[in-house]
Amino acid sequence: MEMSPNYHPPKEFAISAKDFSVFYGSFHAVKNVNMDFERGKVTAIIGPSGCGKSTFLRCINRMNDLVENCRTEGLLAFDGIDIYHKRLDVAELRRRIGMVFQRPNPFPKSIYENVAYGVRLKGVRKKAILDEIVENSLRRAALWDEVKDRLSSNALGMSGGQQQRLCIARALAIKPCVLLMDEPCSALDPKSTARIEDLIAELSGEYTIAIVTHNMQQAARVSDNTAFFYEGRLVEFGTTSQIFTNPKNKATNDYITGRFG
Amino acid sequence: MNSHLRKDLERLKLQIMKVAIGVEENVRKSVEALRELSVKKAEEVIEADLEIDKLEVDTEEECLKILALHQPVASDLRFVITVLKINNELEHIGDMAANIAKRVIFLRDAPPAKIPFDIEKMSKQTLSMLKSAIDAFVRYDELKAIKVCEDDEDVDDENRQCYANVKSIISANPDCAMAQINYLLVSKSFERIADLCTNIAEDIIYMKHSVIIRHNLKNAEQKLSGSSLEEAGDWD
Repeated sequence: MEMSPNYHPPKEFAISAKDFSVFYGSFHAVKNVNMDFERGKVTAIIGPSGCGKSTFLRCINRMNDLVENCRTEGLLAFDGIDIYHKRLDVAELRRRIGMVFQRPNPFPKSIYENVAYGVRLKGVRKKAILDEIVENSLRRAALWDEVKDRLSSNALGMSGGQQQRLCIARALAIKPCVLLMDEPCSALDPKSTARIEDLIAELSGEYTIAIVTHNMQQAARVSDNTAFFYEGRLVEFGTTSQIFTNPKNKATNDYITGRFG
Repeated sequence: MNSHLRKDLERLKLQIMKVAIGVEENVRKSVEALRELSVKKAEEVIEADLEIDKLEVDTEEECLKILALHQPVASDLRFVITVLKINNELEHIGDMAANIAKRVIFLRDAPPAKIPFDIEKMSKQTLSMLKSAIDAFVRYDELKAIKVCEDDEDVDDENRQCYANVKSIISANPDCAMAQINYLLVSKSFERIADLCTNIAEDIIYMKHSVIIRHNLKNAEQKLSGSSLEEAGDWD
């Protein structure tokens, strides 16, 4: 991204939203959100279905560009750069901000090719370098030991949990700064879920991670900060320990204790 | 709506109330036993304490079950943790009632002695603190809880006075030392009950406001004013 920052948040914040709104046609899906994602920390976004949490997350790497009638207002900045600036290179933004989705979506290619794909797009051709990046990424995603002997097998033959870790490895291969995770464990069994959660813990510090989850315990386990969204609004944002022991807002308390939602 | 958790929390509240009622009743009876030097009542107190011990274990198991099965958070978590602590404190209060009863059995056989403290005053203060602490829990009433903490000082004064009296009575008449020591132990038991009531009150303030005021009551009101109280939870 060649653009110079046009907004200067404190350095400790990787992503900042200022009065940020999203509309689907006339429907105001995300309403005037103000929040900052701490650099190197895990931020969980929770809330009932339809509260705007996924919409908000997907805006961070412009996934909603393809949605018809979707428009935004206010500012969403990544390292001080307006994510919705007209001249922004969206492909470059997505290289910096990787994303992992609800269902693992590997390419119908070999395990190796899945990880090398984005790196090749960046222009890396040398096999030795590709090999190194593939191995490192698979190791970072805690998958290497399971797949090192079958790198040329089709990725679609892996288990769901492995596929999801492969998608994480694929995202890590192009060295992003931020990882967005939209319910990354909802299609996984408890053991695979635990592996992904361990992985999130390992990756935090190095990466800024934003995770949308319906699983409250998961938010409590993996995140440093938690944001509670309700009906498009950011109701409460605080450290995860504060939100889960002493939420200041009654709606937050009622939601996380299962009284509604 | 997580109705399983709601039901279990309701049941836990009934369970801890059983412990509270049993303990309050036993402290009351130990005071009667002391006032009348009634061995029969003292023995009933000691007997009933065994039942309280069983209830305490049941309540603790219920808390652990809820923590393991539901992993409660926020106000629910604070409620379960508070019950876990109050349960333990109530059981200790029950032990103090049994201690008083054991002293009564000794004093019944000892030669009549001068009583080194005002039984009526001290027992009334202590029982009133216990009742207020339990009420404060039932009603989530932090003002009542703060009052309990403040009242502790009066019982401490009484106990200190008792100690001074016992010392001078024994100096004047060493033959009555045993009876005096037993009265001092009774006074100490009341003082412990008052301390435990204070702990319960502090737990209630934590449950309601997530503020730990232990060891520093003077700053409590300042701390409480800093926490948002009105919207902080559903306390039905």
